[in-house]
Amino acid sequence: MAQQILLENIEVPGLASFDVYRKLGGYASVEKALKNFTPDEVTAEVKKSGLRGRGGAGFPAGMKWGFIDKSTNNPRYFVCNFDESEPGTFKDRHIGQLNPHQLIEGMILGSYALGARTSYIYIRGELFYVLRIIEKAIEEAYANGLLGENILGSGYSLDLYCQPGGGAYICGEETALIESLEGKRGNPRIKPPFPAIVGLYDCPTVVNNVETIAVLPWIINNGADAYAAIGVGNSKGTKLISACGHINKPGIYEIELGLPVEEFIYSDQYCGGIRNGNKLKAVVAGGSSVPILPADLILKTAKGEPRLMSYESLAEGGFETGTMLGSGGFIVMDDTTCIVKNLLTFARFYHHESCGQCSPCREGTGWMEKILQRIEDGRGTMKDIDLLVSISKHIEGNTICPLGDAAAWPVASAVRHFRQEFEDHVKLQKCPLSK
Amino acid sequence: MQNTKNTTEFSSETLELVNKIIRRYPQGRQKSALLPLLHIAQSENSGWLSSEVMDYVASLLEIQPIEVYEVASFYSMYNLQPVGNCVIEVCQTGPCWLKGSEELIAHFEKKLGIKPGETTADGRFTIKTVECLAACGNAPVIQVGPEYHENMTNEKADELLSKWTTENKCSHTNPYL
Repeated sequence: MAQQILLENIEVPGLASFDVYRKLGGYASVEKALKNFTPDEVTAEVKKSGLRGRGGAGFPAGMKWGFIDKSTNNPRYFVCNFDESEPGTFKDRHIGQLNPHQLIEGMILGSYALGARTSYIYIRGELFYVLRIIEKAIEEAYANGLLGENILGSGYSLDLYCQPGGGAYICGEETALIESLEGKRGNPRIKPPFPAIVGLYDCPTVVNNVETIAVLPWIINNGADAYAAIGVGNSKGTKLISACGHINKPGIYEIELGLPVEEFIYSDQYCGGIRNGNKLKAVVAGGSSVPILPADLILKTAKGEPRLMSYESLAEGGFETGTMLGSGGFIVMDDTTCIVKNLLTFARFYHHESCGQCSPCREGTGWMEKILQRIEDGRGTMKDIDLLVSISKHIEGNTICPLGDAAAWPVASAVRHFRQEFEDHVKLQKCPLSK
Repeated sequence: MQNTKNTTEFSSETLELVNKIIRRYPQGRQKSALLPLLHIAQSENSGWLSSEVMDYVASLLEIQPIEVYEVASFYSMYNLQPVGNCVIEVCQTGPCWLKGSEELIAHFEKKLGIKPGETTADGRFTIKTVECLAACGNAPVIQVGPEYHENMTNEKADELLSKWTTENKCSHTNPYL
């Protein structure tokens, strides 16, 4: 059994209540950190653990904290990114609704390390029912002296609030999230300056994903070395993988990084294989934004080595033959799936979610959706296939934020690996897989 | 800015909640409360934001009406046109499509005799297609007000529709209460 850090107690009845959580050792890390660690020592511990941001980018969390500007008297802010919206990703909701106190405990640790006196959890508006669960847990934490003035007599004070979004994928991008938290449209900001220097209300700010924050208590309790001992290479610790699509057991699994992809897909402990005994056709391994891979390349690298669930192994081969771990949104497709149609739903998604600031993304995502619709409907031409790739190349790298790249990569990779299927749509003048 | 339309104004109970939310942000940053306030305002105005309602929210936050309009028109959860009493939002993104959301949408269309974006003649139901609701493991998924309904099937849709018809389901409830 893999080490469970985030899901260890997830099935304990009443875990969302303070009393149950506390009885299981909850908030011990806050007692420990406030008593024995300076804020910088907490940051040092997180750096040493090798924890990487779990929202998708995989940037070292401790290093991100290290960038925060402590040279001014401005307030500093710690913000939780709970805007979970990347198609295929549904892990943070699981933590928020079943184990909100672990997130709050992590928020206290991060806020203490960064010197924040007010922190916010920004949660997508659709998940209002989860916001209510977290707000109730926050009230309990206040009532028990773990939030508010002078936490556990340490002299450290912290206020923590939730803020709902309004329905916009782009607010998962940290500068768009900050804009939204300020009551504005979710238009990403040009970086630099980075939020660690100029963030919320122009003050130094760190934004971290729910999973990144929820793992902090374990790191403080057990030590950075214990965390770094789990995993493989520069992929330390455990990762929540939300698996969906054509598998026998969709759900949320906590894996030790380095698990072979084949074991993850076929073992009964995890996805339990492909539905109806069908054949695996393709996988989108890290949320809709990452390149799609055909069965042979997700199970083994181009060099023939077993592919592992780690940042490095999934990226092996670059964009030619590899992909990314991303957010851990693992979408599995069996051999009944039309790759063009699946891609069309993603293209429609990015077109809908583009904030509209940058022309390549605003216009290009719409063009890609239209062309894919044309091909899927049997009205496409061979030229359309190259046009798709050309548009994706003109979006990639030419936008303020990564949404442009996120829209381009699925298109480029689907054509790269499944070109024949696009051509079949054109030749047959219909979807070869439609009933 | 004075708002004279009594129907638009919040009750004293709601105003108390509004002030509690505004206090969560630093002094002078009350605009941060805009998204939460729009959710509340929409729920108290039959599920949509009229320009009168948006002007009222602007006055509460002491910001210009245009600052409210530009936000309300950016985010997909805010309806700028009237909607039915019960808004059914069906996810159509990849993972839900892989598990049959297209058939589910077609089923709702057939049962209610309307297309996505439309409202039944009796004003009871609106269907909306939405993008990823972050519940892909239990696809296909629909949302009705704050409720998620997961692992949807046509049969489950029928049961819910008849239940909602009987109880005259309203999906616009103040999400904080």
